[in-house]
Amino acid sequence: MHGHCGLFFTSYRAEEAVFPSPVQRVWLYAFLAVYLCLPFFLNAYLVSILDLIHIAIIAAVSLNLLTGCCGQISLGHGAFLGVGAFAAGALSAAGWPFPLDMLAGGAAAALVGLFFGLPSLRLKGIYLAIATLAAQIILEYVFLHAGALTGGSNGLLVEPASLFGYAFDTDQKFFYPSLAVAAASLLAVTNIMRSRAGRAFVAIRDYYLSAEIVGVNLFAYKLKAFAVSSFMAGMAGALWAHYLMYITPEQFNIGLSISYLAMIIIGGLGSVLGSVFGAVFITVLPEVLSAVAGAAGQLFPDVSSSLLAMKQGVFGLVLVLFLIFEPEGLVHRWRLVKAYWKLYPFAH
Amino acid sequence: MRLLEVDKVTLTFRGIAALLDASFAVEEGSITSLIGPNGAGKTSMLNCISGRYRPDTGTIRLGGRELTPVAPHARTRLGLSRTFQNIALFRGLSVLDNLLVGRHARMDYGILASILYFGKARAAEDLHRRRVEEIIDFLNLSPYRHQSAGRLPYGVQKRVELGRALSAEPRLILLDEPMAGMNLEETEDMARYILDLNEEWGVTVLLVEHDMGVVMDLSDHVVVLDFGQVLAAGTPEAVQGNAAVVAAYLGSEDASFLGR
Ligand SMILES: Nc1ncnc2c1ncn2[C@@H]1O[C@H](COP(=O)(O)OP(=O)(O)OP(=O)(O)O)[C@@H](O)[C@H]1O
Ligand SMILES: [Mg+2]
Repeated sequence: MHGHCGLFFTSYRAEEAVFPSPVQRVWLYAFLAVYLCLPFFLNAYLVSILDLIHIAIIAAVSLNLLTGCCGQISLGHGAFLGVGAFAAGALSAAGWPFPLDMLAGGAAAALVGLFFGLPSLRLKGIYLAIATLAAQIILEYVFLHAGALTGGSNGLLVEPASLFGYAFDTDQKFFYPSLAVAAASLLAVTNIMRSRAGRAFVAIRDYYLSAEIVGVNLFAYKLKAFAVSSFMAGMAGALWAHYLMYITPEQFNIGLSISYLAMIIIGGLGSVLGSVFGAVFITVLPEVLSAVAGAAGQLFPDVSSSLLAMKQGVFGLVLVLFLIFEPEGLVHRWRLVKAYWKLYPFAH
Repeated sequence: MRLLEVDKVTLTFRGIAALLDASFAVEEGSITSLIGPNGAGKTSMLNCISGRYRPDTGTIRLGGRELTPVAPHARTRLGLSRTFQNIALFRGLSVLDNLLVGRHARMDYGILASILYFGKARAAEDLHRRRVEEIIDFLNLSPYRHQSAGRLPYGVQKRVELGRALSAEPRLILLDEPMAGMNLEETEDMARYILDLNEEWGVTVLLVEHDMGVVMDLSDHVVVLDFGQVLAAGTPEAVQGNAAVVAAYLGSEDASFLGR
């Protein structure tokens, strides 16, 4: 099942490549070429969805590294994004240039994530989930009451990102920096997962006693998972701040944390590609539901308000159905379809 | 030379002694077996050596070095490695990755090098992959290389676990009932691997096993535990003839070896 039929490797290095077959690579390049041109063809609304997807991908893949790969469940990921957003926003207001304030936002989130990751050394599973929930609540409180830095309940105005005097101030322009950070995050997590640190993470998730026996320092590696994951979340938050240009504490509430968890569960726990699927799905679904509700509302004007209320219910229903019928995530379905076409027409 | 020295180790759980003043030694290059009836404290002894449990009193030395202050994960670097009585594989990882993770302590590049996956990290991955392939060949695991460990048959999983422990290139390997639940053919294969890793790779073995035929065939030295105490120690023949051992095993299902 590893690689295509008829694909034999002449070196370990070739076998370890992320996209082992030339056909896969050609498809990837073709997809990227088309994707890079999309902002020129799509309207601002559609590009704005892609921008949001890019940010969601960074958040989802970083949470997947921590929760899916290392098994450390976190209900505070949305707040970690918030730390990056407010830190970058405040630094940007203080005159820091764009990529630097984003990196600093990531560093701030990494420090906070490291701190709130400390309970993971003693707590597992549901108990750790509660501890990270406490992190979420504490951070929301801080966002609201550290007015000097975060603007408190008034929120914070943030300048658009700009590089060498070029401002990424439209949906179309913002597409590129957000895509670059998303791609870098995906590559970073892919690389972690095919090397020493990633194997140690999965070892901790699968059997921490054995992980210790092979020489993994549980203490150090759990904290590394929290730090790296929160760093990426902080960068996602910084992009969010520059994109929306107005951030408030409510944006980074527990609902956001849960939606990131939903992304990785629906996409596939522990899978980089699954993080992408989940981010796309959870970002696009409400838009589709709104469009449907809007269209139905035009046909039946009396029920348009109740349709809007139903949107939330349908959203929840779709999630539950997913958990029941696709518990291994979209990435599992994707693999089955791919395996089917690989063998076509000989599949039964 | 004595590679492992266990000196007057006592371990209690809520006042009940699992190990009581137990002392024995493992000679470098030997296969030493630790036997005893169910609940005698064999697994507890391995747990004390590997660092899972901390003895109440007593000392354990590996190559002359006191182990008690060394954290469990750091003992791997001192040349210690083990398998578990119940399979404790990383189910989500392939066989190859299970063995590579076994080399964790032998690699030294950090997470930043992991992220870049360039230069140092790549070179290390190539090098360690080659070492792991030797173990895959040795244990005849090639057909399973890319399969998830959790989906393999029981006997193969036991072999993968041995492979993971070997990947660390230990000086001393602790094997907790490696043949448990295996059929005759798998048991013979496993015995072969243990002999080979001892003779060809020079790994010292501390073996816990209920299959007395295997124990008597493989061991250079046998230590008998009963109620946490060392009842007897010596060559397989000497232990077989020991009156206290005969008494301890009387009526036990493992007793058949006494009559051999
Ligand atoms: N974590 C623990 N908590 C309480 N008691 C324990 C614990 N671990 C072991 N014991 C007790 O210590 C004694 C020795 O157990 P141990 O597992 O070491 O025996 P064993 O010789 O490996 O037995 P077996 O042949 O069945 O594997 C038993 O009485 C057991 O109940
Ligand atoms: Mg035992």
